[in-house]
Amino acid sequence: MDPSPFHFYTERRLVELTAIKAHNLQELLADLKEAPGSSIFYHTHHRFLAHHFQKPFVYNDFAVWASAAVQTEELAEKLGILDLRRFTSIRQLRETIVAIVEEYLRQTDGHLRSALPGHEFHFCKSKSFIMPTGIVAETPAALATTVPAITNVSLYFHFVEARLRMERATNDFSQWLRAWGAQSLAQEIDSIDPYALTLDELKQAIVALVHKHGVA
Amino acid sequence: MTAPLLQQYEEVVGSEVMQELSVIARHVGKRRMQNINSTPVGGGVAELLGRMVPLLRELGVDATWDVIKGNQTFFATTKAFHNALHGKPIDLTGHMLESYRETTEMNLREINFTGDVIWIHDPQPAGLIAAKTRIGRRWVWRCHIDVSSPDQRVWKFLKPFVDQYDSAIFSMPDFAQQLSIPQFMVAPSIDPLSDKNRELDESTIDQVASKYHLDRERPILTQISRFDRLKDPIGVIAAYRLVKARRDCQLVLAGGGASDDPEGFEVLQEVRNAAENDRDIHVLLLPDGSDLEINALVRASTVVFQKSIREGFGLTVTEALWKKKPVIGGDVGGIRLQILNGITGYLVHSPEGAALRTLQLLADRELRRRMGENGFQHVKQNFLLTRDVKDHMLVMLALEHPDEDVVHAD
Repeated sequence: MDPSPFHFYTERRLVELTAIKAHNLQELLADLKEAPGSSIFYHTHHRFLAHHFQKPFVYNDFAVWASAAVQTEELAEKLGILDLRRFTSIRQLRETIVAIVEEYLRQTDGHLRSALPGHEFHFCKSKSFIMPTGIVAETPAALATTVPAITNVSLYFHFVEARLRMERATNDFSQWLRAWGAQSLAQEIDSIDPYALTLDELKQAIVALVHKHGVA
Repeated sequence: MTAPLLQQYEEVVGSEVMQELSVIARHVGKRRMQNINSTPVGGGVAELLGRMVPLLRELGVDATWDVIKGNQTFFATTKAFHNALHGKPIDLTGHMLESYRETTEMNLREINFTGDVIWIHDPQPAGLIAAKTRIGRRWVWRCHIDVSSPDQRVWKFLKPFVDQYDSAIFSMPDFAQQLSIPQFMVAPSIDPLSDKNRELDESTIDQVASKYHLDRERPILTQISRFDRLKDPIGVIAAYRLVKARRDCQLVLAGGGASDDPEGFEVLQEVRNAAENDRDIHVLLLPDGSDLEINALVRASTVVFQKSIREGFGLTVTEALWKKKPVIGGDVGGIRLQILNGITGYLVHSPEGAALRTLQLLADRELRRRMGENGFQHVKQNFLLTRDVKDHMLVMLALEHPDEDVVHAD
């Protein structure tokens, strides 16, 4: 008997406010240690889902704030270059961000700006509702036709959220493909860097790999 | 015959958005949503509920709307609360607090609480939470006010009520408070089908422009705002003069209702004095119910200003962006969420900045077109009523999962 089909889900989200805010880097550091894990995830990821009129230089809120609100460009660059693929848990991601900010603060002599009133960093998080889309891929080959039909939010859920927020170690497609014995396709899909692509480009990359492997 | 609401909205936002609302409405199912506010007409909340409740009902959600009663003293008290929550110091008296408590008691006796989820809008009915110990249910306090720096005495009076709710909703992250309950952000929205925002034909726009002696052959700069110093109308006139020295243009400063607001009347006089009989400055005090005219004035404009010194969210910006107008706004409050600098308009810090950006825009039709298109898309994706309705339904679901960040709603 074949393994079960792949059911596509999608996500709807509300932004939850934590009332934690930072006026300067010292406060940001303290808050980074205390804020909920879902808040760290939110501020490193929510921009990937937003519509952009211009492709952003960085997607990470901490980097954006370090540059725009407290004018610490060097720190912004160090935070902006973080390779989110390296992380399989929010704990690791948080520790890395904390270490970068701590190191930066060590190198400066406290001559740091505070954000102007109204430009403080407000920690938020998202509350996500996972709902079935009704779209189903019966076999690995069906990914070639179903992936283009799903929304970007659905793709984001299965590729990005599943791996880091749900801590499933891989994306949902690769996990499912392994159950079908499609090991090399699973491996190649898992090696795509979703953070370097738009979600539309990610769809195309997955479909291209399915065609390349000629799975049935 | 008018088409069903769902069909009318689908024509504006597309089928994908409406399908999404239907899916979420199915998850909300039979849960009844009862809204309670302080007035059936006038003001942003009544406007929102008047639009949102019918749409929710057409989506199959059992949404209703009730209004509390109160006497003049009560409403004078809650108006003072409103100003204090905006950060304006007030003289908080025992008499005021007594009036608030008495009116709350009266409404607790009179209101029939029918909802499974009871949505209380703004501070006026916030005390109704007292019914929770008797009837249970889930309670949401939806705060539509800018509470980024509230007067602490008034906030301390209200906070014990708010802490008893299951959840509080604020319009922006800056408004979040130290509370013991979950807080969500639901950004404000505009209704694309309302008189203030719907499409108008050119002849209607021409008629309104001609009624107010505007020349559509020359650039029109417009700010729509009540006459309030925080909206900086004098700064707008200063910016206009700097522009006018280099390029012919007209200025419209239009706003409503100063009758019950002595300060508003004073500001209106200041604005008229500053206009100094310049025939190209049009200071328009519009009566209630001028939505269609405001719509036409914005559509007739070349560039729209919202040069506020302080701002809550700034729905006038949303309304102008929706009409594909580049907006020049003060770098404050919710204007920053809407004017993506250089993309949907420009954020400025002085009349000089506003003038520079206006000159740039007047000289470049293609830039105005591009920014207008971007602004329209930005509002379409983030600040329309349909998104507000979606968030309200998600809050209904969220209340049942207070401790989960990820809710599987199969």
